[in-house]
Amino acid sequence: MTLTPRALVLALGLAVALPVAAEYGDVVLDRNSTQQGMRAVVFPHWFHRIRYRCKVCHSELGFKMRAGANLVQMNDIIEGKFCGMCHNGQVAWAPDRCDLCHSAKPGVTAGIKGSAETKGPGKW
Amino acid sequence: MRWVIALVLAGLCIVAVAAGQRWLKISSDGLHDPQSPAVGLLQEPGEALGALAPDTAGNLVRWMRALDEGQIQPRTNILPETKVNLRTTEVLLKNTGEMPLVRFPHRQHTAWLDCTNCHNHLFEQKAGATKINMMAILSGEKCGVCHGAVAFPLTECKRCHSVDRDSPEHQAFGTAIVREGVPR
Repeated sequence: MTLTPRALVLALGLAVALPVAAEYGDVVLDRNSTQQGMRAVVFPHWFHRIRYRCKVCHSELGFKMRAGANLVQMNDIIEGKFCGMCHNGQVAWAPDRCDLCHSAKPGVTAGIKGSAETKGPGKW
Repeated sequence: MRWVIALVLAGLCIVAVAAGQRWLKISSDGLHDPQSPAVGLLQEPGEALGALAPDTAGNLVRWMRALDEGQIQPRTNILPETKVNLRTTEVLLKNTGEMPLVRFPHRQHTAWLDCTNCHNHLFEQKAGATKINMMAILSGEKCGVCHGAVAFPLTECKRCHSVDRDSPEHQAFGTAIVREGVPR
């Protein structure tokens, strides 16, 4: 019984610390995937911004700056549009590596994950 | 005494967890299927972000510092014909109630973004012509399109509300709301 308060404080400490850990921008994209029998796409925004400034994808490639606002079809990508500008087997892996992008757990919902989810009112 | 020990242990626990898990592993981030062939091939966030200028909010990276200090060299364009637009003017937003004024720096924003990402659907080009309020920003509009989603979050009030009234920084604007930014 003497351990109980200690364990409680420890549990509290862990409960406070754990949610803080998941703070980075992954975007789950699912305009088409689930309804067409594929896993949703987990797009690591943080990975791409290390290599490309925002303007490359959001201006040159035409991605609107709102998760879910872009209807990106596999045909577009294969023709070199959107993700296909780089995911062509030369700069990055080609569209035949389905599972590398379509990698979400079943049931994961679309939207920006990480910072906005925990720090904003949830519109994102 | 027992409680003191418990609190110290709890404190250590928080530090240990925070240090070990600043970024979650892809296999246990709650998004990726741990069985996916992507796990093990994709770069881990800790590996990519751990070497960059640290922050206390958002995704724990000071992205502007990482860029300015050359820790990252992201490409500005893919198509050779794309014109890369940069601006250095700063805009003072004065209608901030009891909060310090907002100094919007074009340099930092155009380093990442193109003019058309913000103008004119989010903000008119004419300084002072756009009504902005925190409710809209908190709802993911205006500055909130990025801040709170992929740029530093809205908990960091003072990073935008950085100019105290009648401070030298305020007076540097004179009666204007736009001035040329101090070069780096």
